[in-house]
Order: sequence, then C-alpha cells, then structure tokens
Amino acid sequence: MTATEAAAIGLTHAGSEDTGLGNRGPQSKNIVVPYGFWLFVLSDIVLFSALFATYAALSRATDGGPTSNQLFDRNLVAVETMALLLSSFVCGLAIIAAKRRNMLWTQVWLFVTGLLGLVFLGIELFEFAHMISIGAGPQRSAFLSSFFTLVGCHGAHVTAGLLWIGTMMAQIWAKGFDRAHVFRRLLCLSIFWHALDIIWVAIFTIVYLIGTLP
Amino acid sequence: MFGRLTWDAIPFNQPIPLITSVVVILIIAAIVIWVWRKGWWPYLWSEWITSTDHKRIGVMYIVLALVMLIRGFSDALMMRAQQSFAIGASQGYLPPEHYDQIFSAHGTIMIFFMAMPFVIGLMNFAVPLQLGVRDVAFPTMNNVSFWLTASGALLVNLSLFIGEFARTGWLAYPPLSEKAFSPGVGVDYYLVALQIAGVGTLLTGINFVTTILKIRAPGMSYMRMPVFCWTALASNLLIIAAFPVLTATYAMLMLDRYLGFHFFTNDGGGNSMLYMNLIWVWGHPEVYILALPAFGIFSEVASTFSGKPLFGYRSMVFATMAICIISFCVWLHHFFTMGAGADVNAIFGIASMIIAVPTGVKIFNWLFTMYGGRVRFNVPIHYLIGFMVTFAIGGMTGVLLAIPPVDFVVHNSLFLVAHFHNVIIGLVVFGVMAGYTYWFPKAFGFTLDERLGKIIFWCWFIGFYLAWMPEYALGFMGATRRLQHISDPSWTPYLTVAMIGALIIFLGIVLTIVQLIYSIATRDRRRDVTGDPWDGRTLEWLTLSPPPHYNFAVLPDVHGEEAYWTRKLTAIREEKLIEEPRYEPIEMPLNTPVGVICAFFASVTGFAVIWYIWWLAILGLLGSFAAMVWYAWRDEHEHVIPVEVVRANAQERRRVRQELLAELIKAP
Amino acid sequence: MTEDDPEPVNVAPGEPHDSLMSETLSYVVGLGFALILTGISFWVASTSALWGPGIAVGLVVLAIAQMGVHLVFFLHITSGPDNTNNVLALAFGVLIVFLVMIGTIWIMAHMNANMGASPELMNLQMQRG
Repeated sequence: MTATEAAAIGLTHAGSEDTGLGNRGPQSKNIVVPYGFWLFVLSDIVLFSALFATYAALSRATDGGPTSNQLFDRNLVAVETMALLLSSFVCGLAIIAAKRRNMLWTQVWLFVTGLLGLVFLGIELFEFAHMISIGAGPQRSAFLSSFFTLVGCHGAHVTAGLLWIGTMMAQIWAKGFDRAHVFRRLLCLSIFWHALDIIWVAIFTIVYLIGTLP
Repeated sequence: MFGRLTWDAIPFNQPIPLITSVVVILIIAAIVIWVWRKGWWPYLWSEWITSTDHKRIGVMYIVLALVMLIRGFSDALMMRAQQSFAIGASQGYLPPEHYDQIFSAHGTIMIFFMAMPFVIGLMNFAVPLQLGVRDVAFPTMNNVSFWLTASGALLVNLSLFIGEFARTGWLAYPPLSEKAFSPGVGVDYYLVALQIAGVGTLLTGINFVTTILKIRAPGMSYMRMPVFCWTALASNLLIIAAFPVLTATYAMLMLDRYLGFHFFTNDGGGNSMLYMNLIWVWGHPEVYILALPAFGIFSEVASTFSGKPLFGYRSMVFATMAICIISFCVWLHHFFTMGAGADVNAIFGIASMIIAVPTGVKIFNWLFTMYGGRVRFNVPIHYLIGFMVTFAIGGMTGVLLAIPPVDFVVHNSLFLVAHFHNVIIGLVVFGVMAGYTYWFPKAFGFTLDERLGKIIFWCWFIGFYLAWMPEYALGFMGATRRLQHISDPSWTPYLTVAMIGALIIFLGIVLTIVQLIYSIATRDRRRDVTGDPWDGRTLEWLTLSPPPHYNFAVLPDVHGEEAYWTRKLTAIREEKLIEEPRYEPIEMPLNTPVGVICAFFASVTGFAVIWYIWWLAILGLLGSFAAMVWYAWRDEHEHVIPVEVVRANAQERRRVRQELLAELIKAP
Repeated sequence: MTEDDPEPVNVAPGEPHDSLMSETLSYVVGLGFALILTGISFWVASTSALWGPGIAVGLVVLAIAQMGVHLVFFLHITSGPDNTNNVLALAFGVLIVFLVMIGTIWIMAHMNANMGASPELMNLQMQRG
C-alpha cells in the first residue's frame, strides 16, 4: 500500500496502537462489500424461513384438494437438484478463473452456470404448469398457495440470478478485470448462487422428500 | 388503460380529505415555485437530493420525519376530537369508514414514516462521526434507502388525494384486510407503500451493521465504541433479522389479494392466525429497533451533560445485546388472547418480563451516571429525566400486560393503547427530540434556542400525562381501542382531559417548527464556533460544525474509551494540540441520482400495481432495472478532494481549537 | 477506502483463500460430498429399510450436512480468526431462522389444536361454506 492509499483510509500514524484483530482502521472494500452482501443473503434466508414456517403451518390445509403425496415427482426433483448443484460447482470454477483474470474460462463457466440454472428453471416451470393444468394451482388451497410461493420465490431468485449472470458476462466482456469492483461483484454473485443451492437443499428435503413420505 | 382508476377516486364528496388535498397541493406548489425562483434547485439537486454524504442523508430523513409528524399528529387530533364529541346521542363528525382510515393512517405514518426515519436519520448522522470515519460502508445504497422510504411515504399520503387508505388498523389483520372484506384500494396502498419502504430500511440495516463491524477509526476496538454505536448495531441487526419477515408476510397478503391465494383467507384452508403470528414476529423487534437507538442517545446525553463517563459501560453493552436477542423471543405477547393455550402463553409471558431486566439495568446506569456529576440542565437532560420517569411507568404497565391473565382483561383496551403510547412517547419521541437538540449544532453550526426548547419539552411532558393517564383509567373501565363512538357518558371528563393533553402536545409540535425558524433567523447569536458546544466526549465533537464532507482530515487514533475526551484532557495537560499530521488528498464517493430515480420508478410501479394499471407497472419495473444497470456501468466511483483543501480546512480547525485550548487551560 | 488490505486480518465471505490446486480441490471435494449426501437423502426417502418416524429426522440431518458442505467447501466459511465476523453473522442468521420456524410451528400447532374441530372436519365445513 502506498502512503497515499494509507492516507486515504486515514492510516498515517504509524505508531497507531494495535488493539487486536480488525482494529487497524477501516477495512478495504474487498472485505467490506462481500461482507455486506453476506448480510443481505442472510436476511434473504430469514425471508425464506418465514415462507418455510408458513409452509409448515399450512402443509395439511389441503381443503379436500390434492396433497403433496399425489403431486410431486421425485425424479424431476432429482434432475433439478443435480442441475443446481452442478451449477453451484461450476460457479466456483468461474470465480477461480476470474481470480486469475482468465477471460475465456470465466465466461465459459459463467455461461454453463446460467445454462444449468435455466435447466432448473425450465423443469420447475414445467412442473408448475402441469400442476395448474390439473387443477392444483395456488388458488386451490392454502397448502398449494404456500407451496407455489415458497418454491416460486426460490425460482424468482434463480431468475434474478440469471439476469445478474447475463449482466456480469456483458460487463466483464466490456470492461475486463482491471477494475477491482468487477471481481467484487462476481464474488457477490457467487455468494448469492451458492446460497440459492443451500435454500434448495432445504426445499427438496422438506417439501419434496418429507412431503412425499408414505 | 387506467386499470380501476377513475375520477371517482378523488374524494369530491368528502370535505375533509378534499380540502386537505387542495391545501397540501397548494403548499407544495408554493414551495416548489419559491425554491425555483430563488434558484435553489441546482443546489438542492447536487448537494442534497443526489448526496451520498451520511450527514446530508441523515438530515433529509429527519426532515421527512418532522413533516410526517405533522400529518400523523393531525390524525391524532382528529381522533381525539371525534372521541370528545361523539358521546351518547352525538355521532361526532367522522363516520366510521372515515374514522377507521384515520386511526390506520395514524399508526402507519407514526411508526413507519415518523419514528423510523427520525431514528435512522439520527443514526445516519452520528454513527460514522462517532466511529471516527468518513462515511458508511455503502454511501450510494444509503441514498437509495432514503429515497425508497420517501417513496413509501409519498404513496401513503397519496391515498388521501386519490382513493382511500386501509381501514384495518396499522397492521392490516386478515380476514378484514383480505379482498373479500376490503375490496378497495386502501389495503393495497398500505401494502405496496410499506413493501417499498421496507426494502429501504433493510438496506439501511445491512449498511450500518457492516459499517459498525468493519469501518472504525484505527484503535477503536468494540469495547471503545460509544454506546450509541452499540445500540445502533443492535438495532440494525434487528432490522436485518425482522424486516424480511415483514416483506414475506405482506407479500403473502398481496398474493391473497391480487392472485386469489389462500394464505390467510377464511376459505380454502387459509389461516388468518398465521398472519398475526408472522406480523408480530416482525412487530416486536420493530419496537426495539426504535427503542435501542433512543437508549443510546440517552446514554450519550447522560454522560455529556453530567460531565462524567457513562456508568457501567460493559453492563450497558451486555444489556443492549441481551435486549437485542430477547426481543426476538417475546412476540406472542401481542396475541395472548388468540388461543395458543396456557403453556405457550406462560413461556412468552415470562420472556416478556425478563426483557424488562436489562432495561432496568440501563436505567440504573443512567441514574448512577448523573449521580456525583455536575449536571447541566440543558434541553437534552430535560428529556432524559422526563424519559426515565415516563418510561418507567410505561415499562411497568408493560410488565403488567406481560402477565397473560391480566392481558386477557385489558387486551385491545385503551389500557394497552396507553401503555404503548407511554413507552413510545416516553422513550422514542423524547429520545429523538433529545438527539435532535443534541446533534443539531453539529449539523448546522449553531444551536437551537434553549428557552423554546425547554417550553417544547414541558408541552410534550405535561401534554403526554394529560393525554394518556385518563386512557389507562378508561381501559380499566372497559373502553376498547379504536372507538368511533362512546356510549358511556361518564367517560366524558376523562376524554376531555385527554383532548386538552393532545392540544398541549400540538402546541409543542407547533413550537418545534417555530423554534426551528426562529433559531435559523437568529443563528448568529448561537454560533457553534469551536465545534464542541456541549463539552462533548465522543469523536463527532472533534470536528468543526458542520464537519467537512469527509468528516476528518486524518482519521483519529483511538487510545481508550471516550476517544475525544481523553484527547481533550491530554491536550489540556500537555498544553498543546496533537502534533500536526501529514495531509493527503482524500477520495470520497461521487453523488448519484440513482437513488431518486429508483424511487421514482418504485413509486410509479407501486401506484400502477395499486390501481391495476399493468402496462405501467411493467414499464416501472423495467425502468428500475435499467437504472440499476446504467448505474452499475459507470467507471468513475469517486472524486478526489485535493490536499490543499484538506490542509486549509484542517488548519482552520486547529486554529479554532488552539483558541479553545487556551481558554480551557486558563479556566479549568 | 483502499482497494487492497496490506495485512489482511479479515477474509471476505465466499473468497477462496488458498493456492490454485487446493481452491479447485475444495470445490471438487465439496461437489463429491454434496452428491453423496444428496444421493443418500433420496435413498433414505424411498427405502423401507429404516424405521418410519425416524426418516424425516434423518432427512433433516442430511439436509443440514449438505448445507454445511456448501458453507465450508463452496463459501469457504471456516472457523479461523480471519473468518470470525462471517461466522458470527451466520450464527445470528441461523438463530433467527430457528426462532422464526420453531416458534411459528409451535405456536400454530397449539392454536390449531385449540380451535376445537379436527382439520378434516374444518376442511369439510369450509368446503360447504
């Protein structure tokens, strides 16, 4: 760090007393931005917990209509799960490539991440459409309302993530890796994408597996 | 083309909203034209509206809060008047469908658009200064947060002119808030406005937790932070934890209303009790989000105006974090009577009583801070003492309500209403008024008029007791809340006293505006030349008033608790200022219009969603997305303040401080 | 704020913090564990070899394990001193999630139980009305 950079965050007094971890003054943006984003992701997880709590409270409120056992196809869910898990893995590869400023592989892995996300979304939309067509839409019962909202909210987050991946691919293509904020944003995107898979683990376990136990 | 928006939406046949709308529109137009004629719009745009400076954003939040205080209190006066007149045979002047909107608007505006912005505004202004840093972690996001909150306020107030507001109370319980029983736009205004404002608040929570944990002056460890920063941390942690639940719950109610889902409906398996549960999971932490920073303000005021360090710093910190955690374990006490049964009620009742303990610890700490100190009876100390008395009473009625069998008798009676106004006015209102008076000179370079300040305090204090003590009695006598008509004429004297109290508070609010105008007009008499008008103990008093955009030329080294106080004492003892540091150019974030643009599109989208104008809603969403991508594409994030400017400001500060030091050495 | 930290005392969440080989290895190992755990979950849900009431509990445990794999191998949340803030934030989030979910489930179960009529009866009544 040059003297100017040090001064920019106020570290000019070399004799500053070191009182321990993290007390050397404001931390750099490379730490601060992903931390703030981590907090956002945690708040999003709290949002999902409210939806999960609702699902748990309403999962028996089928109003005489279709139940989870009758509706969910575990094979489809297995494919969705594989797609999302692999996309999470590939996203990690994209970060490694970006850290090394490798334009080609960053774009390739980001593209594959998005593609797998699209596969996931496609299957989910197919499932939703099918359920609606057989009269098991969200307006049918409280259970179905909570199912569509919980899983649909996750799907909406995936959609937002896909839009973000597209925007990042464009931005990296246009601006390269020279500016530090580009990598920071990719890091935030990867935190988001991994968190989506964590939520999906909860969803497929509670909604689809436990929900279809005999 | 315009969804369900027709000319019927304008209240031509209701005189009160109609006349209010006309008057407000005329006032706004007059202000806009006046500002334009004076040529101030470019200045306002570049220095305030697009500002990423936490100090400016803090001031804007407080301006919003003060304006909304007027609207919210007008609703209160109207309710008091109705209850004073509509006794026995008289029906008063407000029909029920109108009265219901007024009490709903009163609660919504006071909590979301008066108390929250005031508290957030004070945290915005003071926390970075107290931490000894230049700005919050995410200055642009700070700007966005403010404008989203303002957008929510705009939509709620728009409901007065176009359409109607919710008639459901400030929490919009189903099934009344469902489409079947509230088919109009009122509940939609409520839900959309609060969803938008809620996003703004959540972003603030993230901003401040990150700032307090990651961005502090060198040497400022956690246990050297001012208590106000600890309470700000706890409050913002609660924001991050609670507001997502609010977002989810409102989203579910919106899905019920817009798409016919069955979360909380009477049919289809819906369960409206689930809404009560979820909304109070948010609702209880919400009151602590307001309360904790107020506690922090009082800690600062107590130590500053007693001339002593805060008593029991560690126990204060511990109590703050304990309140933070426990506040997430008590929410059921808002619906003891809903039928969870004795076991559940007992657990939550006990937890609700336990949470009073750390608060009691705090009160004793403030008392012991004042004890043995040289107390200066400025306006903020008035609020501190008034708070300790008033909040103690309110807290005790709270512990009473925490006992489920008692609550079964007085739930939703005026006793409850008196309790929460007792604690909110006694703690939050008194706290923000104290904070406003305390930090005003730092923001603007001159103090507010003291004499008027004391009169305003007494108006609030006396007015509060007159307005709310009768309500406790009425609650025991069987009065429920939200009554549009009073059938028992023996309640008349109590209601009359309450009306008088409300008018005295109204006088206090009017005088607050008068005090502001008068203080500005006569500001030269009360200039804060040194930047330290109260002989302060925390780092914000190190700067001149108002501080430069970048706060500190060089971030201060922190060597102990009460960073600034130790520095002052050292300077007096050594009879010289700290050695002049080497100045460097400073990088500060650029201003940006992205906040006000996003809020504009949010308002457009919100209005369109409320009135079912789908093409406009889609356009609004696309606009927001486009604005975000355009903002994300910029290459320049910062501008550099040249070293000459930094040096000139700093040397001016040192010159002023040298004079102050000379005086302090002469007369200790 | 400056762009680089001279002596990083804190690590950003999600940032891989080792050499190339162990970075990629971290993801590969994580993927492996996740695949195994997911496979076991699906198997557990369909087998009759386990005691019925324990299956749901087992699935929840497996889910938590999978989330842990994601956190450690993909998000690099470890217990080192440079990760303290990240772990504490996570712990706070987990606490809130726990309170919201368990609290809601506990409360709603009691509320529903005290409503009197059984769910089937209530369903029937609501269908008619």
